[in-house]
Amino acid sequence: MIRNIPLAAMVGLVFTGFYFAMAILAPWIAPYGMAEIVGDVWEPSSPEHWLGTDNIGRDLLTRMIYGGRTTIFIATVATLISFCTGAIFGFWAAVAGGWVDQLFSRFVDLVMSIPSLILALVILSVMPVTVPVLVLVMGFLDSTRVFRLSRAVAVDITVMDYVEAAKLRGEGYRWVIFREILPNALSPLVAEMGLRFIFMVLFISTLSFLGLGIQPPEADWGGIVKENADGINYGIGAALYPAVAIATLAISVNLVADWVLTRTTSLKGGR
Amino acid sequence: MNNHMDYLKQRVLAGLMSRREFIGRAGALGVSAAFANTMLSHAVHAAGPKKGGTIRMGFQGGSTTDSLDPALATNQVALMVIRMWGESLTELGDDGSIQGKVAESFSSSPDARIWTFRVRQGLTFSNGQPVTAEDVVATIDRHAGEDTKSGALGIIRGIKSAKADGRDVIIELESPNADLPYLIGDYHLAIQPNGGKDAPDAAIGTGPYILKEVEMGVRFVAEKNPNYWGDLGHAQTLELLVINDNTARVAALQSGQVDMIDRVPPRTAGLVARAPNINVHKTSGPGHYVFIMHCDTAPFDNNDVRLALKYGINRQEMVDKILFGYGSVGNDTPINASYPMFTELPQREYDPEKAAFHMKKSGYDGPIVLRTSDNSFPGAPDAAALFQQSCAGAGINLEVKREPNDGYWSEVWNKQPFCTSYWGGRPVQDQMFSTAYLSSADWNDTRFKNEQFDQLLIAARAELDQGKRKQMYADMGTILHNEGGLICPMFNDFIDASSDRLAGWVEGVNGFALMNSYAPLRMWVA
Amino acid sequence: MSPVLKLIAQRVALGLLLLFMVSVLIFIGTLILPGDVAQSILGQSATPEALANLRRDLGLNDPPVQRYFAWLGGVLQGDLGTALTSGQDIASVMWARLENTLFLAFWAAVISVPLAIFLGLLAVRYRDRWPDKLISGVTLASISVPEFLIAYVLMFFIGVKLRWLNPTAIGFRPDADVLSKLEAIALPVAVLTLVVLAHMMRMTRAAILNVMQSAYIETAELKGLSLFSVIWRHAFPNSIAPVVNVVMLNLAYLVVGVVVIEVVFVYPGMGQYLVDHVSKRDVPVVQACGLIFAAVYIGLNLIADIVSIVSNPRLRHPK
Repeated sequence: MIRNIPLAAMVGLVFTGFYFAMAILAPWIAPYGMAEIVGDVWEPSSPEHWLGTDNIGRDLLTRMIYGGRTTIFIATVATLISFCTGAIFGFWAAVAGGWVDQLFSRFVDLVMSIPSLILALVILSVMPVTVPVLVLVMGFLDSTRVFRLSRAVAVDITVMDYVEAAKLRGEGYRWVIFREILPNALSPLVAEMGLRFIFMVLFISTLSFLGLGIQPPEADWGGIVKENADGINYGIGAALYPAVAIATLAISVNLVADWVLTRTTSLKGGR
Repeated sequence: MNNHMDYLKQRVLAGLMSRREFIGRAGALGVSAAFANTMLSHAVHAAGPKKGGTIRMGFQGGSTTDSLDPALATNQVALMVIRMWGESLTELGDDGSIQGKVAESFSSSPDARIWTFRVRQGLTFSNGQPVTAEDVVATIDRHAGEDTKSGALGIIRGIKSAKADGRDVIIELESPNADLPYLIGDYHLAIQPNGGKDAPDAAIGTGPYILKEVEMGVRFVAEKNPNYWGDLGHAQTLELLVINDNTARVAALQSGQVDMIDRVPPRTAGLVARAPNINVHKTSGPGHYVFIMHCDTAPFDNNDVRLALKYGINRQEMVDKILFGYGSVGNDTPINASYPMFTELPQREYDPEKAAFHMKKSGYDGPIVLRTSDNSFPGAPDAAALFQQSCAGAGINLEVKREPNDGYWSEVWNKQPFCTSYWGGRPVQDQMFSTAYLSSADWNDTRFKNEQFDQLLIAARAELDQGKRKQMYADMGTILHNEGGLICPMFNDFIDASSDRLAGWVEGVNGFALMNSYAPLRMWVA
Repeated sequence: MSPVLKLIAQRVALGLLLLFMVSVLIFIGTLILPGDVAQSILGQSATPEALANLRRDLGLNDPPVQRYFAWLGGVLQGDLGTALTSGQDIASVMWARLENTLFLAFWAAVISVPLAIFLGLLAVRYRDRWPDKLISGVTLASISVPEFLIAYVLMFFIGVKLRWLNPTAIGFRPDADVLSKLEAIALPVAVLTLVVLAHMMRMTRAAILNVMQSAYIETAELKGLSLFSVIWRHAFPNSIAPVVNVVMLNLAYLVVGVVVIEVVFVYPGMGQYLVDHVSKRDVPVVQACGLIFAAVYIGLNLIADIVSIVSNPRLRHPK
């Protein structure tokens, strides 16, 4: 089994696994307390502080480990929510057509046509900003994007002969969606999922930027970038570590997604 | 060698040698670059201002929602624009004394209740109209009127009546106030034709410049007023650009897109100053970053809780890590050495044992929620995190709650019982205390109500003996220090920067940032 | 009427209806938004008296329904009202801002869309070989770095260190010639391109790969066409629907979502204008901006829908 995994996917899996493991084990592997002030501001890396210290003298490695935990957890859950709701409703709209399609599509258009900044502001300012609410709001806002894509893909598939055949056979919506549409729409959706995950990571930091995101002293990677961004133009690299972490996470998650993509296409492909 | 340096300086001043070349040659003579730079700026200064050219500024604070009406000015950019086109009756001098502007002289009755301001002879507005005492009265009237929205209303309210008498404006106060000349110099109170009642946002005044192009929140261009009476304004053109992003502002200065910026982030100020063509100016002032507790809300209604928190904050650490040394430690009063009648109190230090002691004594052991946001002051969430850590050292459980930037001033400040905030300070003690610490003050954001304090404050206004008055302010400071709801860990310095295209910066000007906002009017293109 | 035209007419009518609903939603949203315009205008220097006076002047004491219809009536006549804070006419200021935003979005789109599609085709052509991996890696890295960080890094190296371009767009004058305007926005366009490139490129790649298994592609290949022309002539046209969707999403982002870039580069566009007024609770301006953004978005979607319909023969001729 493992021998069949290409090198790129292997690298992706290792990195993704590494980050997830770090997130889960954070309290046991972090060298210091998350909010503990252990040194001066922006100390360079040393044996005590492998990545140096942050903008108020906390251990950067510790911050990164805990930040990764928040980031990965929220992004994963929000992405799952967004995909499940978005894809199911998208397929449903495509298969059902008619007024169901119109209702869902127009509702999604309605939500999407309001700038997400204002929407997030309004929703989060009337609701308590806790992690579950945050995850739900992010998943909900994002599912509109997934809806559009899955509907667009599924509409093309529903007019295929095999779907029509299934419909004529008298199969229900559920059968059509899960047996006919889903397998055939999987590859663009998987390709999208890798990206959506990254957008979630960035979305958390945007919300933190507006003061609606993670509560201090907790942080997410995007937030750590922001906290330390001042130093970037003067050769203080504290902001680069979380940025690199986000980028490597992005690339490795997408390497895995690509691999899944290859597997699904080759499952389907006759060649 | 000195002769040679003088010779070199002359050549620079005559425009025969570049600044960079001068520093290079000076280096050859064994003079350090920093010293050569200082020498040169002294020489340039001594040679006197050069006229003409354009000064380009990049400032923070402007917004597309601003108005040109001076009554509605709330930020640095709006203030700077008023400085260009308008002037008030009086102005704070470099040393903290008061000088006449539109008023050429002023005097008061012995009890400081009736004041007379004489309008400067031959003064005209930029539209050519002469300035009369009636215009001054109308200005005061507009800011004090029934339907005013003026930011200066708090100042103006103590005025019972204002009358014009020839060139004199006679102001009668409700109760004596020896500080009126300070208060009347407030930038909102720029004198306008007919007080601005006809066109509040016409930007017509007696200032050294005339506004030519206005794009709110983006860009302002002003040309020299050819009929200006005073000696301000050396450049022919001023171009003010609103640059709210810190990094962008610094980059614009470094690349020469602008010549002068304000609010250099303290974290990077030291690094900015390393560039050879940039001078970073630091000025201490009355602005302070604070944590405010409502004295009438549990658990903060218990003075032991307040004291516990006051002992639980590490002031020096905040100055080091939030202000990067660009500031000084506070002492739980809003007053520092930049005020005219300042008396130093014994400094309160971080003392976890005392903090724990007072907390235990108060009997309160629940969590304490501190609300904060980035726009209460730069680095506020970081400061809150530091506070949380230093409190933890005393066993006090501080919970930090980050609030949205947007809406912070309307939803959190002055509403929630414990939050981070910022005070810009005022020119005199009386105004600072009356604005925020008098029981009946409009912005009593610590809900501080103390009869003795109120009595002292009212009495001090009428006290003309400086020694006695100083003692009264010291007593008020002690009351606030021991019982107030204000935790003041630090006073921030103003950090501005200019490129060496400009000359004429004066160190230590009293007041606020950018030489009390006169930098563009007093500096010149070198 | 041909079925296509009918479908399109239907979509346009729906778009207008949608716009109306958005206007209601935006109005309600601005009501829910906590905070008070009078307090926000006067900021920390507000006295209770000044507050009460301002509130009365702004008509904040009227019932909301009355305010909504007064507003809608004005909008239908092209009058967007005046800003509460500055008293300026919203329409005139906002059109200027919108023009700036569209200028920036246009140039970012002109560069990023063809580039993304080209890179997507290239990635398919060299699938699983190094060009594919390089393109994927670089675009992914660029998308996953927060945009303000890319902006700061470019600003510092290209603007301050190398002095190739001005670090900020403060030199931008709407009435200047195109060349100097382009110079002023070069850096923001570069950042925006990096931000939107990956999404469009990856979708192009995935969508084309999806149709590459179809029988007609095999036929085309068997005909002896070169791989690139198979991709370009046969695979790409058939995968246009999802690609257009993603392109439209990103175009909408270029117009609606560039607040951060505008703030960082000090570019006088709609985003900055909107944010300033949101924080001051200047409701008429927020409503007007929201409506314009919604219109842009709905318009772009309409185009995406129509392209999908026109490009899919089965949808064009429903059975």
